[in-house]
Amino acid sequence: MSKQKRNPHDKRRLTKRTLREWGFGYLFIAPWIVGVSIFFLYAMVQSLRFSFSRVELSNGVILHPLENGIFENFVKVFTTDVNFPGILANFGVGLVLQLPVIIAFSLIIALLLNSKIRCRSLFRMIFFLPVIIATGPVMSQLTAQGVSSVPMVSQNALLSVLDGLPEFIYTPINNLFSSLIMILWNSGIQILIFLAGLQKVSRTLYEAAKIDGASGWESFWKITLPTVKPLILLNAVYTVVTLATGGSNEIIELIYTATYTATQGYSYAMAMSWIYTLVVAVILIAVFLLLREKSDKHVVYEQKRIDDKTKMAGRKKA
Amino acid sequence: MKCSMDKIAFENRKEKIKRIMLGSAEKRGFIGSFVVYLLLIVISFIFLYPVLYMISRSLMSRNDLLDSSAMWIPSAITLLAVVPTLAQVFICSMAGYGFARYNFPLKRLWMVILILAFLLPSQTTALPNYLVFQNLRMIDGTIRPFLITAILGQGFKSTLCILIFYNFHRQVPQSLIEAAEIDGAGHIKAYFRIAIPLAGAAIVVVTLFSFVWYWNETYLVRNYLGYGTTRNTALTTLMLELSAFEDSYANAYTTWASSVTSSDRLNDAIRMAGTVLAIAPLMILYFALQKQFVESVDKAGITGE
Repeated sequence: MSKQKRNPHDKRRLTKRTLREWGFGYLFIAPWIVGVSIFFLYAMVQSLRFSFSRVELSNGVILHPLENGIFENFVKVFTTDVNFPGILANFGVGLVLQLPVIIAFSLIIALLLNSKIRCRSLFRMIFFLPVIIATGPVMSQLTAQGVSSVPMVSQNALLSVLDGLPEFIYTPINNLFSSLIMILWNSGIQILIFLAGLQKVSRTLYEAAKIDGASGWESFWKITLPTVKPLILLNAVYTVVTLATGGSNEIIELIYTATYTATQGYSYAMAMSWIYTLVVAVILIAVFLLLREKSDKHVVYEQKRIDDKTKMAGRKKA
Repeated sequence: MKCSMDKIAFENRKEKIKRIMLGSAEKRGFIGSFVVYLLLIVISFIFLYPVLYMISRSLMSRNDLLDSSAMWIPSAITLLAVVPTLAQVFICSMAGYGFARYNFPLKRLWMVILILAFLLPSQTTALPNYLVFQNLRMIDGTIRPFLITAILGQGFKSTLCILIFYNFHRQVPQSLIEAAEIDGAGHIKAYFRIAIPLAGAAIVVVTLFSFVWYWNETYLVRNYLGYGTTRNTALTTLMLELSAFEDSYANAYTTWASSVTSSDRLNDAIRMAGTVLAIAPLMILYFALQKQFVESVDKAGITGE
């Protein structure tokens, strides 16, 4: 304290304080840094190395270089595996189809819940319930029992219309309808995120629009949608991540079994999971590019505000 | 002078303690209420004994049933969900606070890594992590791999928890913590006395969800318990038991169930009963705390406001 009084412009004091701040910053995240270094960064490097070599398991892991070109494992995944390419394609197309369904559905439900209704908390509770119980084994049980779709939809003639389509489009669409409930079950968190966003729009804005002669439809497009647009990106990213890492995912099961199959082994499974990771990353980037805010439509200050918002949303959840 | 004042203060305190313990005319003292509550709790326990016994036994594994030391708490299942959850909440709260409150070199880089760890499927890292634990001789069906990953902030969906805490701590005005520091609280004290109590809502959210995630996780659990190689463990989760139950049931009845359709239906009923039992504790938790669950998303500020 006395030092401070004697020399208030001392630069060393400042650096000492900043250093202290740095030190405490690192102290707080130290466990995480250790963890992420071992279990994420190191693990990533290891799995890359595995995927580019032949792994021999004898009293520890020994890596051998590959004989038939550096991409041998990756080539093998696509040439020798009968299941993987098909399942991966189904997953990719299915994800792209499911994403708009989930986003649109959760936005509609959020709009319904946001209107003046009774028992709102009861409905909210019902829509959120799947988040608690939707887990791999339970989902597969329910799908096996055939409760995953609405009977009327799957028995309807609707699907026969699609019969003419080629296989790779027909299968995902068929899946979409036959497991509609399971897909909608993934929208619990998204509904709440939209709802929280909608509740922040002031009612006076809608009233003003109404006085100016805007219909409900117009005020939805002009007021509601711009407000929740950053949340759409957030929700889309969240949906992709949960669907990609969720338990009821065939690819994850495939990778797991490949790991412990003698003919396939570690390096093969790692090559598989890297291909999978790349597919997920590509979908994420596409989602991001598609839904980010365009810069030329708004006035400057408005843009800055929205930019900050998106940045925050992205940082928070993405 | 000072001595006598001390004496008076001491007398006062003594009087106060006595009043608290024995009570006054209008208020029952601590000892009195202690006896009342003790009696009530003991009698309720006797009343509920059959029910509690039923619930607790139903959650136990076979080894628990044989082991007389595991009387009430089914060691394996709850342990696997509760202990790592607690570790995860604490570590993630620290990391989130560190990111939100402090500036330090390379912060941006670590944030990017944090987000990458959230976005990329954990299957790429699962196997190397398994090998790390195998080298440490820790794949022996104990809780250690779970505890270590949770303590190092790498448990199930830890990254999401860190992001929730980061977001939450960022909303707390910095001036509040600076004020505490001016009043003489150190960095650590400011965290425990100011930041943690303020983050109550976030802590509730993360605790509830971590519990649910740990309860439901199967992929990493199978890895860390060494299911791929040998299965010699007393530790398990209800979700794994559910899969195992389904398999063994299908095996046991496959020979004649294929020919008799009515028995097939019976099989379904039993499998559904197993499913219901596996998620029953979560359902109870949800219906008891549904308000916290549902409002959590808003409170934790995930919406990016």
